[in-house]
Amino acid sequence: MVVTVWVLGRSRNLFVVVVLSGVYSFFMATVLVAMDAVDVAMTEASVGAGISTVLFLGALYLCKSREAHAMRRPWLPLGMSLAVGATLVYGTLGLPEFSDAQAPIHQHVVPRYLNEEKDEVGVPNVVTAVLASYRGYDTLGETTVVFTAGVGVVTLLRRRRRARAS
Amino acid sequence: MRDDLLLRWAAKLLIPFILLFALYVQFHGDFGPGGGFQAGVILAAAVIFYALIYGLADARKVAPEPLVESMMAIGVLIYAGVGVAGLLLGGNYLDYFVLDHDPVHGQHRGIFWVEVGVATTVSGVMLKIFYMFADRGRVDE
Repeated sequence: MVVTVWVLGRSRNLFVVVVLSGVYSFFMATVLVAMDAVDVAMTEASVGAGISTVLFLGALYLCKSREAHAMRRPWLPLGMSLAVGATLVYGTLGLPEFSDAQAPIHQHVVPRYLNEEKDEVGVPNVVTAVLASYRGYDTLGETTVVFTAGVGVVTLLRRRRRARAS
Repeated sequence: MRDDLLLRWAAKLLIPFILLFALYVQFHGDFGPGGGFQAGVILAAAVIFYALIYGLADARKVAPEPLVESMMAIGVLIYAGVGVAGLLLGGNYLDYFVLDHDPVHGQHRGIFWVEVGVATTVSGVMLKIFYMFADRGRVDE
C-alpha cells in the first residue's frame, strides 16, 4: 500500500493514477477482510475498485490524460494537510486498542445486538440485521442520499447538454 | 472494442456469472456478507461491463434509460413503502414486527424488501451516472 501511494503521488499520468487507486482499493479491501469486516471489504472492492475506477476512466476519456503542472509551489496546502493529518493521528492515540473488549463501543448497545439479535430478528448476519432493522432509519437516509446524488448528476449534466444544443 | 473476438467472448461468458453473483449477494445477505448495496453495485457493474465491450447503444437496449431512471426512485419508494406498511399494520414507521403474525418472520420480510429497495436505487443511480458520463463527447485535445 505504501508503494502504491508513493507512486500515486509521483505520477503525472492520470491513467496510471486511476488504475493505481483501483489497486489501492483492492489492498484496502484485503486489509478489511483481515480485520474481519467482510461486508465493508465487499463494498470497498465493488465500489472503490470497480465502479469508481470505471467512472474515473469515463471522466478521463473526457479530458486530457496528463496532469497539468501546478502554477505555484503548493506549500500552504501541503502544510495544512500535514497539520490536519498530524492532528488526526494525535487523536487516534486516545482511542482504545484495536479489538479491545473493554472499549466503550462494546459496552453500550453492541451486547444487545449480538446476544438478542437471534431471537429478535433471526438473521445470522448481524451486520445485515443492524443495517436493515435496528438502524433502518439510517439506511433509509443513506438510500435517499444515493438517490439525491443520482438526481444531482442527472440535473447537472443534462442542463449543460441542452445549453450546448440551443 | 466491439470487434475484439476474445473480449466479446469473455464478456459473454462472464456476465451471466456476475449477474448470478449479484443475486446471490442480494438474497444471501442475511446469511453471509453482502446485501442490497453491494448487490446493486455488482448488478450495475455487469451492465457497465456489457456497455464497455458491446457499446453504449447495445447496453441501452438491455437497460433502457427510462427504466434506469425510474429504478432510482422506485427503490427509495419501496424502502419508504415498507415503513408505511408497518404503519398501516399498527406498528411504528419501519417496524417490521407487524409485517407477519410471527415477529421474526416479519423481520425477515421487512429486511428482504428493504434490501430490494436499496439494490434497486443503488444500481439505478450507478448506471445512470455511468450513462451520463459515457454519453458526453470527448473534449478535443
